[in-house]
Amino acid sequence: MWDWKYAWDILPQLLSALKMTVWVTLCAFVVALIIGLLLAFAARSQFKPLSLITKGVIEFIRNTPLLVQVFFLYYSLPVLTGISIPAFYAGVIGLGLHYSTYLSEVYRSGIEGVPKGQWEAATALNYTKAQTWRSIILPQAVPPIIPVLGNYLIVMFKETPILCAITLVEMMLTAKNIVSQSFRAFEPYTLVGILFFIISYIASLLVQRLEKRMNLQRGK
Amino acid sequence: MLKAIGIDEQAELSKVPGQEGNRIDTGTKPIVKYTGVTKSFGDLQVLKGIDLEMQPGEKVAVIGPSGSGKTTLGRMLMTLEEPTEGTIELDGELLWHTHEKGELVRAGEKHLHRMRSNVGMIFQHFNLFPHMNVLRNVTEAPRKVLGLSKEEAEERAVSMLGKVGLADKLKMYPSNLSGGQKQRVAIARALVMRPKVMVFDEVTSALDPELVGEVLEVIREIAEEGEMAMMLITHEMDFAKEIADRVIFGAEGRIVEQGTPEEIFDNPKSDRLQSFLQRFRSNGI
Repeated sequence: MWDWKYAWDILPQLLSALKMTVWVTLCAFVVALIIGLLLAFAARSQFKPLSLITKGVIEFIRNTPLLVQVFFLYYSLPVLTGISIPAFYAGVIGLGLHYSTYLSEVYRSGIEGVPKGQWEAATALNYTKAQTWRSIILPQAVPPIIPVLGNYLIVMFKETPILCAITLVEMMLTAKNIVSQSFRAFEPYTLVGILFFIISYIASLLVQRLEKRMNLQRGK
Repeated sequence: MLKAIGIDEQAELSKVPGQEGNRIDTGTKPIVKYTGVTKSFGDLQVLKGIDLEMQPGEKVAVIGPSGSGKTTLGRMLMTLEEPTEGTIELDGELLWHTHEKGELVRAGEKHLHRMRSNVGMIFQHFNLFPHMNVLRNVTEAPRKVLGLSKEEAEERAVSMLGKVGLADKLKMYPSNLSGGQKQRVAIARALVMRPKVMVFDEVTSALDPELVGEVLEVIREIAEEGEMAMMLITHEMDFAKEIADRVIFGAEGRIVEQGTPEEIFDNPKSDRLQSFLQRFRSNGI
């Protein structure tokens, strides 16, 4: 059943595709981190229309499938605007935007975890709003949520096979291509699964260690 | 010329023995002036028309039962709570309002930011920044807000932390300090900004009884230096009696009685104040 030699032969191809998978995950994660923070700010805005629109956008993105969103970015947007986006960027934007709505919720919980007295102390010392965010609030809001952000990074990593649907040559599409040439499906897909498992498992161990360290720090 | 003579005279007068530290009323304009201030939270009116003046350098103690609105009074001065009606003047300028085309309008953040530089506040629960060590807690605002250089800010901070007796704790984090030490850091942090008025909001209420003394001692020293006006919202009657120039007794959102510490504590006129003081003494607090 399992052909070791064949598995060994296709491994380099899959490993180089793994690099693409990791790269698209990291880029999308950075997008999600930045847009997620902006969404968290906008949703808290005193200016009601902005916070309402933001909350609406977040609900919309969360309640439509990621696959539909990346299809829209890659296939429909060029028709609408005449601008076509390469598969990599469509993947980064689609995956990043989708998860930014979840990360905004994570940021929100972190921000709300900072006691009200910290805002008041900042006002009493006459910090501007921007200085208060930068020096007082975010440095306290972000460390406790780092483990949660790490878990989302792993979730996003495991979502990347969806991007094979927009022709991004990541691990899944590479495996598919191999299968279509050799007509052997068992080894390629099993290897893809194993590679995903190894990376995700190592990452989750790292996140766990990070979480323990943070708890120790906060407990001291 | 006239002004200069006035200042010299003041300096002369303050050298008279027994006069040190006492405020000399030269008819200067008030540093703080509340006019018809009310405050409602929803249906609950916690302040029902406050008129109050503080002179530059004056130490005013605000006493009264909890729920009398005395903390709200201080929080309004620090711009943490907006008055529902009425105005507050700070150093001759409206705090919460500006005049626009002859009409009184709610001031914007820019105006509030400028006005706030005159006021400082110390909180019941310290509100130190837990992610910064003691030194950074005290240098951060002078650097970011006043624009001092690192050296200037540290010089100011170290001398102030020395004054509150914490010169050896610069690298410690707030979580490793006792309540009394935390509050002294908070006092140093507020003082390095050099406000004209400082609000002390029940600063010893959250402390273990044996730590109250060290904080009061620091406040006593600050009060003796004299130039900064102080609003002391407090439950420490003996302390209020000792350092205040004037004591305000508030209850149910109004100022019921005010006067010198002797007038308030030794010769209370209103029934409300008499029963308040009686209850306080019989509780042995």
